[in-house]
Parts: sequence; C-alpha cells; structure tokens
Amino acid sequence: MRKSSSYLPWLSILIAFLLILFLPISEHKVHLATRILIFSLYAVAFNILFGMTGLLSLGSALFYGFGAYVTGMLTKSYGGDYFVYLLILGSISAFILAIPLGLLCLRLTDVYFTMLTFAFGQLVWGVCIKLYNFTGGDDGIQGIPRMALLETTKSYYIFVFIIVFISLIFLWRLASSPFGLVLNGIRQNRNRITFLGMNVYKHQLLAFLISAFFTGLAGGLYSGLDGSIHPNMFFWTQSGSIILMVILGGINNFFGPVVGTIIFILLEDYIGKTTEYWPFFLGTIMLIMVIIFPKGIVGILTRFLKGPQTKKELANGSHS
Amino acid sequence: MEAILELKDLNKHFDGIYVSKNIDLKIEAGSLTAIIGPNGAGKTSLFNLITGFLEKDSGKIFFKGRDITNKNPEEIASLGIVRAFQVSSIFPYETVYDNLLLASLSHHKKNFNFFSNKYSFKNICEHTNFILKSMNLENKKNLKASELSHGDQKILDIAMALTLSPALLLLDEPTAGMSPEERKNMVLIIRELHKKFKLTTLFIEHDMDIVFGVAEKIRVMVRGEIIAEGTSEEIKNNPLVIESYLGAEV
Repeated sequence: MRKSSSYLPWLSILIAFLLILFLPISEHKVHLATRILIFSLYAVAFNILFGMTGLLSLGSALFYGFGAYVTGMLTKSYGGDYFVYLLILGSISAFILAIPLGLLCLRLTDVYFTMLTFAFGQLVWGVCIKLYNFTGGDDGIQGIPRMALLETTKSYYIFVFIIVFISLIFLWRLASSPFGLVLNGIRQNRNRITFLGMNVYKHQLLAFLISAFFTGLAGGLYSGLDGSIHPNMFFWTQSGSIILMVILGGINNFFGPVVGTIIFILLEDYIGKTTEYWPFFLGTIMLIMVIIFPKGIVGILTRFLKGPQTKKELANGSHS
Repeated sequence: MEAILELKDLNKHFDGIYVSKNIDLKIEAGSLTAIIGPNGAGKTSLFNLITGFLEKDSGKIFFKGRDITNKNPEEIASLGIVRAFQVSSIFPYETVYDNLLLASLSHHKKNFNFFSNKYSFKNICEHTNFILKSMNLENKKNLKASELSHGDQKILDIAMALTLSPALLLLDEPTAGMSPEERKNMVLIIRELHKKFKLTTLFIEHDMDIVFGVAEKIRVMVRGEIIAEGTSEEIKNNPLVIESYLGAEV
C-alpha cells in the first residue's frame, strides 16, 4: 500500500490552486502562477530524461519551442477556437520531431549526447531566426488568439492547471511504473540492464519521446499565455534554465522539479524587480545549492522530515 | 549427457594477444563446471564472448543447439544465459527488493509497462519474494543495495541473475574479495542452487579449495587456450596444469 504521505504533494498543489483561484490576487500573480505551472510541467518532463534516465539534454528547448511555434503559428492562422486541438497537435509534432533526433542522439552517451542535443537545439534556433517570412525571425509572432472560453487570465490559469495536473499524474504513474524503475536502473547501471535482457536504447528512446511530448505541450501552453512566441524559446539558455530549476528542487524526487520551478520563477520575479543583477543572485544561490545541498530543496526537506534513519529501521519496512 | 552450450573454434585477440584461441568447449546440461587459470588467461573474456559483450573474431557459439554467435547481450540473456559479475553489478540506489523486482519485471516482459504500479503484479512480486527467501535476503529487502556488505552485494548480484530463471548461470569469481565466513556461505549457495534447481553452472574461481570441493568438472585456461579438462583428481595430477598454473605443492 502507498503511504499517505505520498499524497501530500498532490494535496499541496490542489490547495495552492484553490488559494490562487479564490483569493483576491492581482492579474500579474495569476499570470505568474500560470507560468509556474507551465514550467513545472516542462521541468518534470525534462527530469524524466535527466533525473531518472541519467541523460542530460541541452536541447530540451528545441521541443519546447517547437510545441510553442506549431501551436502558436497554427492558432494565429486558424483562430483561437482551435487552440485546444492545436495544442495537442503541437505536442504530437514535438513527439514526431523527437523520433529522428532521439534515434540519432541516443547512439551517443554522456557528454557527446549532451553536445549533440545542444547542437540540434542551436541549429533550429538559427533556422527560426533566418526564416523571417515564416517564423517572424527575431521578432517572433505576436497576437496569438485564445478561444473565447479562455479569454481571461484566470480562465486560462484554470485550463493550464487542469492540463498540467493530468500530465503530472501521467508522469507520476510513469515514474512509479515498471518502465520508470527500468529508467532508474539505466541511470545507475546500464550494463546490468542489458545483461538482465532489456534493451537500453529502446527504453531511452521511449523516455526521450515522452519527455519531448510533454515539453512540447508546455511550449504550446506558453504560446497561449502571452499570446506571443519568439526564437529564444529554442535558445540553449532556455534549456539551461530548466536544468537549474530541476537541480534547485532536487533531481531524485518526482516533485523536486516542481519545487525548483516555483522558487526559481518567484526569485526571478521578485529579485528581477529590484535589481538588474538578478543572474548574480541566482548564480550565488545555485553555487550554495550544488556545494552544500546537492540533493536540492526537496532532498533537504525529505531528510529533515524523515530524521535520522538506521539500517535496522529501513530493513523493518515492508513491501507487498 | 546433452551439451547445453557449445563453443566451436572460438577466437578473439586484442592487438595480436589472444584472449581466446581455438576454444572448443562443451558444457553439459545440469553440470557444475569451473574454469581456472592464472590472471590474464582469458576467463572473463570467455564469459564476455559467450554473453555477447565482446565481438568474436571467428568461431561459433551454440546454446541448446541454436546458433547465438551474433546475438547481442540482451537477446542472449533472454534466451537463458545469465551472468553474475566479478565486481558486483547492482543498482546501488534501489532497495534490495527493487533490484530483484527489476530483474523479475524483465523476466516477465513487463519492462515497457508505464501505466501500472511496479508493485501491482502479484505473480511478479511472488517470484521476487521467492528469490529473496531462497537467497536469505528477506530481512534486508528494504535496505539500499549500496548499504549491503560486499558479500551480500555479491549474493544480490547472483540473486538478480537467478530471478531470470536461467538455463545457464555464469559466475565470475563469486567469492572474490569475501571474508572466509562469506566464502563459506557462497559455497553453500552455489551447491544449493545446483542441487535444488539442477542449474547448469559455469564459474570462474581462484580459490582452489572451493574449485576442487565444488566443481564436477574443471577446465584450465592459460593464455587464451584450454590446456586441460577433467575431474578434480585429474586436474590436480595433470603435469601440464601443475607446471602452468597450480605449482608443485598441490
């Protein structure tokens, strides 16, 4: 049986959602909460690849941007009424794009995989800037409509919450599934996975595709939030920000990336308002985190809540 | 008796140095065979060739009469040739239970399932619990694998191999780095596995007391070649083996 404490993060998310919905808070804060939700999905999808499978991609922004551009450009062409369908189409497009890229990149391991994903991301970013007539080049595309039902910031927030919540449940189930256990195994000892009769490449590829699908979904959601898309969504610093969010929260816990995203975006918003040197503060925080708390904020919290645990206590637990 | 594994003229060299030279070997079903030889003789390389981890230069490998020469490691494992390693190959951050569950999920072909909870398959959990019990790991099942002693990690390594219900088990120095007490325990485990499951076992070992006490048949490898084979008594008295490996005092 699952421990009741494992439902605590879900309960916290629901309570936070209701608070934002019913408290009289400014439109800016609802917008901020929506951003947090979208990036939480992006970060969790990224962590399926990074924290679980052990694959550090510097090209996650490629799928984020692709999902955003497919959804955004088509919505601009066909109208806001089709937004929901085009959002799904954007995610599927990211998934399809991930097939050849995954087949190619996953032939390599470690830093070579990272560099290849980086190269593809930058390649698409460059193409996006150059194709001015098609993508709007440096300026991107503005004025992307939303369907009438999602016109207000709050209604869009509710919509994003529902999509992100369902997606997180799917990814959470994946993390605690046999497939999730195999991904963890690949990270820890890929040779042994092979000698247990499992194909590492196929598992990694499926993880890559699933991650791309949800990253594309996050991109599509973002195109509807601001009603604009821009080439920097493809840029490597976008992938870098997600890595920071994930590390900040903790890579070894499913909800770590969510916590990291909340803190990162709040810090960015509040420090960014007061000083233009916000990256300096972020850099300092990241240094402290990596050196003193390598398991991230959720890692610290888990250790604090559990307290010291002896081997005997651990051994006395039970499995079904 | 029928041969479960047959190697025919197997060759492998690295820059002219042979780790396997014209190896012809037949392993009979249900047998308990040891491979001995000095360091660098090519014993582990032979395991790597059998399990598809190393590519052969030439030669053929047959398992249950089927040609598996060009199969990859996961296919070979799926066919029933499973190995445990000289240095324990485990999943250090998973619990002992999850280490075995992972192997069990692979055995039951559930590794691509991403909708069900990993503990929700009754038959797989029962299989995992059976292996835990058989290998006396029950009281350590919730420990992280990295928290186990060296000896227990080796047992876990073998337990994972057993979870796949192998037809042929390859053990690479199962007692390496163990305390005398742990060695005694490992010998008991190897004997028990062979007796209880009639498991065909091929093991590499440097401890001659264990080899002569446990193995039904012994093969001696030197510089990539099998120079002798026979029972304990035959090997002990083989002048070539004494000269090349055992020394005069045995």
